[in-house]
Amino acid sequence: MWDYSEKVQEHFYNPKNAGAVEGANGVGDVGSISCGDALRLTLKVEPETEVILDAGFQTFGCGSAIASSSALTEMIKGLTLDEALKISNQDIADYLDGLPPEKMHCSVMGREALQAAVANYRGEVWEDDHEEGALVCKCFAVDQVMIEDTIRANNLHTVEEVTNYTKAGGGCSSCHEGIENILTRVLAEKGETFVAGVAAVAKPATAKAPEVPKLGTLARIRKIETVLDSIRPALQADNGDVELVDVDGKNIYVHLTGACTGCQMAAMTLGGIQQRLIEELGEFVKVIPASKEALVSMEG
Amino acid sequence: MNTTHLEDIYLDNNATTMVDPAVFEEMKPYFCEQFGNPSSLHSFGNKVGFALKRARKQIQDLLGAEHDSEIIFTSCGTESDSTAILSALKAQPERKEIITTLVEHPAVLTLCEYLETEGYTVHKLEVDSKGRLDLDKYRSLLSDKVAVVSVMWANNESGTIFPIEEMAQLAAEQGIMFHTDAVQAVGKIPINLKDSAISMLSLSGHKLHAPKGIGVLYLRRGVRYRPLLRGGHQERGRRAGTENAPAIVGLGKACELAAEHMAFENTQVKAMRDRLEQGILAAVPNCFVTGDPDNRLPNTASIAFEYIEGEAILLLLNKVGIAASSGSACTSGSLEPSHVMRAMGIPYTAAHGTVRFSFSRYNTMAEVERVIKEVPPIVAKLRKLSPYWGENGPVENPGEAFAPVYA
Repeated sequence: MWDYSEKVQEHFYNPKNAGAVEGANGVGDVGSISCGDALRLTLKVEPETEVILDAGFQTFGCGSAIASSSALTEMIKGLTLDEALKISNQDIADYLDGLPPEKMHCSVMGREALQAAVANYRGEVWEDDHEEGALVCKCFAVDQVMIEDTIRANNLHTVEEVTNYTKAGGGCSSCHEGIENILTRVLAEKGETFVAGVAAVAKPATAKAPEVPKLGTLARIRKIETVLDSIRPALQADNGDVELVDVDGKNIYVHLTGACTGCQMAAMTLGGIQQRLIEELGEFVKVIPASKEALVSMEG
Repeated sequence: MNTTHLEDIYLDNNATTMVDPAVFEEMKPYFCEQFGNPSSLHSFGNKVGFALKRARKQIQDLLGAEHDSEIIFTSCGTESDSTAILSALKAQPERKEIITTLVEHPAVLTLCEYLETEGYTVHKLEVDSKGRLDLDKYRSLLSDKVAVVSVMWANNESGTIFPIEEMAQLAAEQGIMFHTDAVQAVGKIPINLKDSAISMLSLSGHKLHAPKGIGVLYLRRGVRYRPLLRGGHQERGRRAGTENAPAIVGLGKACELAAEHMAFENTQVKAMRDRLEQGILAAVPNCFVTGDPDNRLPNTASIAFEYIEGEAILLLLNKVGIAASSGSACTSGSLEPSHVMRAMGIPYTAAHGTVRFSFSRYNTMAEVERVIKEVPPIVAKLRKLSPYWGENGPVENPGEAFAPVYA
């Protein structure tokens, strides 16, 4: 079963604004029955001010499609059309306290329905430029079509390049076989052969020999603090933080806080911190999460 | 999402089953007391060795196999499937074709798709609207280029049973190996391998009240074979790796129990399934049973509810304590609905709304009546939200009345 947030469940079990709005003057139909998601959004717009007086949805789809539709109608009521158009699919997902990566397309459908309904109200024709393929990278919700298009547009040749351009494959790396298959196929279109580069069989823990003189205990801890301080702004940008809990020989215990708690990327974050510390200290150290949940996510 | 309460109704037995308490009892001594390695000479190992021998016999009896040495223990149904197909290819390198069906379990289909990239030709037999195969088409594909035919005995989604004995006979007449993925059939319908022409058969313990992590590959004596795992003498060198003794003992007991309950499965369990279908079809408009009603597993009901989506149905069922499964795209994270429903030509408006209810001998008629009561309001609630549904039925020409931009 999906790990839906309380908010998603609330909007699915008790959807708001279900059904068509009476006297609607803007209608947006998007989605595809073949994909199992389709949404009709009806708007009642005050012509003078372009304020959305009422919004209603009819959705054929899964739990998160219905929840996204319900959330969208709640979010746009009372806004002007221009204000409403500023809502991104991420805003819809955030309103619902997040969606599983496989379900992000439900929020995309919501945003598209809004664009279509506004275009319909204004007498314009809305064209969908969004094509969706099978999900390849589950860590960052990147689909096949997106990867193929990016490979073609940027003349990419390696998995690493695909990761740099799309983020696909940058997390758990389980989808690298799938990305290699896509590369093989897309490169074959222009008569090229995919050559797997020198694959990362195992990353050497220490890139360079420890030339740095061995630090005393206090100096070492200060150095660790300095490194953590330099990483902190990046974590804070994502509403997270890190604090040093203890240092025991090669084991450095840290505590990830804020948005980092329970984040599926926590293990990667810790790996990154460890790599930086190894480089800065010039010795092999192990960064260990001090809280139990973080420990599980790192080992899992 | 954990809304489990005491009266929860489990109707997802094709996904997995409860370990029978009698099976669990049988397994218990093999963790802390009888923990020896069955290969060891001393008494610790010896006793376990005898227990495995007894389990092998219990499984042999359920399958109607001629010899107990035809039973090879594996870790799961998927391993048995991979072992069988890859063995057939390795043993007959000159044969480069495989015959299978469009509706196989991914354990077979995904492997076959991978083998296509390795240069093998895979023929996937189509099915009709009731999920039945065209045997004339099958006959026309049999040739000395075919290394193996791999066809499931019963379909996990629709419950449709294929004429496996007949198909195996046709293959044998042409000297072609025949493998069947029988994980859904074993324990639910009678099987008698010694009177068949089946070369290999896969079964999975957790589908018949044994634990997860144990499977069997039946390998007919004399069929050419190449192991997937080498590295030990276990299973007569055909599947290396220390035996999962507690699970094997449990599977043996589960097979004995399955044989005892075979009649119950085909009368009482079938009656519950039939009552559920009849009750739901009578109460809910625009829904239908998928698969072949005349030739189905006794425990499986697959019902397609038009104009609504399966995951939404499952979530609402779960909320009232009913566990089922769906072939909808969303439950799997893919965009396409079930390949089985598509192969049967079920329209998208219905394929996304298929719900599978699969029974076991632990269900009761009282549970069935509760499900029949709970389903109609759930379907009505979701249809009220659906753009394809009007006041009292589907909108006229649903495809035209609601034709979204990117369809």
